[in-house]
Amino acid sequence: MTRNVIISSAFHILIILITAMSLPFLIKKPIDLPPIVSVELIQITDKTNIPFAPKAKKIIEKVKEKEKQKIVSEQAPPKAVKKEKPDAVPLPDEKIEKIKKIEDKKQNPEKIDTEVKQVSEFEKDELFDPSNIAALIDKSKEELSETNKKNDKVTQSQDKSVERGGLSLSEEDALKAQIFGCWSIPLGLPYSENLLVRIKLQLKPDGTVIKSEILDHARMNKPGQGFYKVLAESALRAIRLCQPLRVPTTGYERWKEMQLNFDAKEMLEG
Amino acid sequence: MIFLRSLFIVIIFQFKAFALIEVDITRGNLSPLPIAVSPLAVDNDSLAKFEKIFKKKNIGAEISKIVEDNLKHSGLFNPLKKDAFLQKPDIAHLKPRFEDWQLIKAQALVTGKVELVDDKLRVEFRLWDILAGKEMLALAFTTVPNNWRRVGHIITDKVYQRLTGEKGYFDTRIIYVAEEGPKTQRIKKLAIMDQDGFNLKYLTLGNELVLTPRFSPTNQMVTYLSYFRNLPRVYLLDIETGIQEVVGDFAGMTFAPRFSPDGKKIIMSFAKDGNSDIYTMDLENRIVERITNHPSIDTSPSFSPDGKYITFNSDRSRYQQIYVMKSDGSNVKRISFGKGLYGTPVWSPRGDLIAFTKLHKGKFYIGVMRVDGTGERLLTENFYQEAPSWSPNGRVLIFYRETKTNAKGEGFSANLWSIDLTGYNERQVPTKTDASDPSWSSLLGN
Repeated sequence: MTRNVIISSAFHILIILITAMSLPFLIKKPIDLPPIVSVELIQITDKTNIPFAPKAKKIIEKVKEKEKQKIVSEQAPPKAVKKEKPDAVPLPDEKIEKIKKIEDKKQNPEKIDTEVKQVSEFEKDELFDPSNIAALIDKSKEELSETNKKNDKVTQSQDKSVERGGLSLSEEDALKAQIFGCWSIPLGLPYSENLLVRIKLQLKPDGTVIKSEILDHARMNKPGQGFYKVLAESALRAIRLCQPLRVPTTGYERWKEMQLNFDAKEMLEG
Repeated sequence: MIFLRSLFIVIIFQFKAFALIEVDITRGNLSPLPIAVSPLAVDNDSLAKFEKIFKKKNIGAEISKIVEDNLKHSGLFNPLKKDAFLQKPDIAHLKPRFEDWQLIKAQALVTGKVELVDDKLRVEFRLWDILAGKEMLALAFTTVPNNWRRVGHIITDKVYQRLTGEKGYFDTRIIYVAEEGPKTQRIKKLAIMDQDGFNLKYLTLGNELVLTPRFSPTNQMVTYLSYFRNLPRVYLLDIETGIQEVVGDFAGMTFAPRFSPDGKKIIMSFAKDGNSDIYTMDLENRIVERITNHPSIDTSPSFSPDGKYITFNSDRSRYQQIYVMKSDGSNVKRISFGKGLYGTPVWSPRGDLIAFTKLHKGKFYIGVMRVDGTGERLLTENFYQEAPSWSPNGRVLIFYRETKTNAKGEGFSANLWSIDLTGYNERQVPTKTDASDPSWSSLLGN
């Protein structure tokens, strides 16, 4: 009797165990999901100062030399530090050594100044240094004196066109049509915000842009206005892509300075 | 007097001479931005090691392909063909030759390198403005080799953010219901995958019907509807441990669950005796709170991103419409007034829009409206589609669509689709099986 109970119990336990192990809904498999590893991103812009590729460097040097030869120059003269740069161009065999040297140089705080001078007009505004206000005032004086000198040369016939005011409708339409085609509007912009970017241009008689300046630059640093930088950059890209701009063939004095008001709201809302 | 008159004339004259010409540019092209994604450079040492680990020839090219695909699918970028590139990928440590990239009409360029340092993947990448000839972004990070696909997504997120001004949505996952078998005997499993369809894993075995999975903002938890003692009940699942539990001890049916923005509460519908109302349950102290108390059917609740408001749909005005109320249930306002029935409202993570499904004259629409009900825009139309879910940046919606498998209208297939707010960039999200009820996770932590 006892023996039968033991055998029966053993069988029952065995059946329960087999059932438990074989039924799929009782299996508690751990989910094979890779854990989410957080990633820390490090800014390397100010830690490295990578050189131009050799070919590009040569072209840039040529352009710089040409610019030196020009009598009128709206940009600040190249600084002595920049002259060191040709030595920093790595030859294919020397790449690694040269890069190391450049990295060493970067750790020198004085070198940061060099980087600032390399950036575009647009970035210069971003890197506005209050301690350089005096220098800016001096520069603006120089620019003003240059402008005045040029005004002295204005002929009577040109003066008449100046008095006539802005561009004619056909002139304005031609310019607009050109820029419409060049401006890729960033589609991610918040259309409920103010999406106006005003850019002041200084132009050459052939429509090439000498200088571009964002007029509401302070807005970029305001909290919640991160999209404005993206919008301004897209407008600047449009100008660069389009140049030389389709400007009138006459009346340079009239349009040598021009303001373009880029407004993406209409496009994004519509 | 003569002096004053001449001075006036001089002033007027000067003003005219220096009046700045202003030209308003109010139009542009909405075509995608041409961008070049150079393959990430890999040094010879790392190349051999990578080949051993990943069994892939060039991990740098693979990662750049991920970036390229992501950017293309966003609809905002046009990645240029690599055959046209004049510069080789070994430019990661050099400034690019901008004029070479201008030649192929690129406006932006991504370069970078990837190497194996102490058995870890070290990635460095840069974004260049080709027309301005300047660096826009330069970042580096280190991660485990198995994360190599995420490397591509992280790079895309940063590039996207720098060029569009809003956060990306590429380093994210999607949870959905994977479906197999005929319509009458459907096997439904919970599945999770990267937003581009890779790294698919199943979270349930398909023994029970599962519906409406929703991610927690903290990413570790998922809430969904399944059956317990033949009653639909809201479940909570920890996707890392696999532990699941029934939410609350309700004497009836609970459904349509969703997390609060802080992930501490679950909001859901509870139905009893033919009436359904909205309830919340605090996941820490398990306190249940009734939010609506109305004889109509109130369901599909969704919190605003600040947690102060709730949108839901209700038939309290005879037909199913969308409503908004304060999170304590007060100040209920109807916001949808268009023709047809409105359902499944979901508040955008940006807070400015509510996405919904609309049924009108036998067709289903996925659309968006402002939170006050104005500015309704229907993004896509089909004979059956529903359940929109927002990407974490509030720019793209993912939803599911049922279609017939052939032109005669026979067969049945359910798939995931995504569409952006412009309504132009609609595409199918690849899944291994039929799929429904998608939910987008927040960014995975970069």
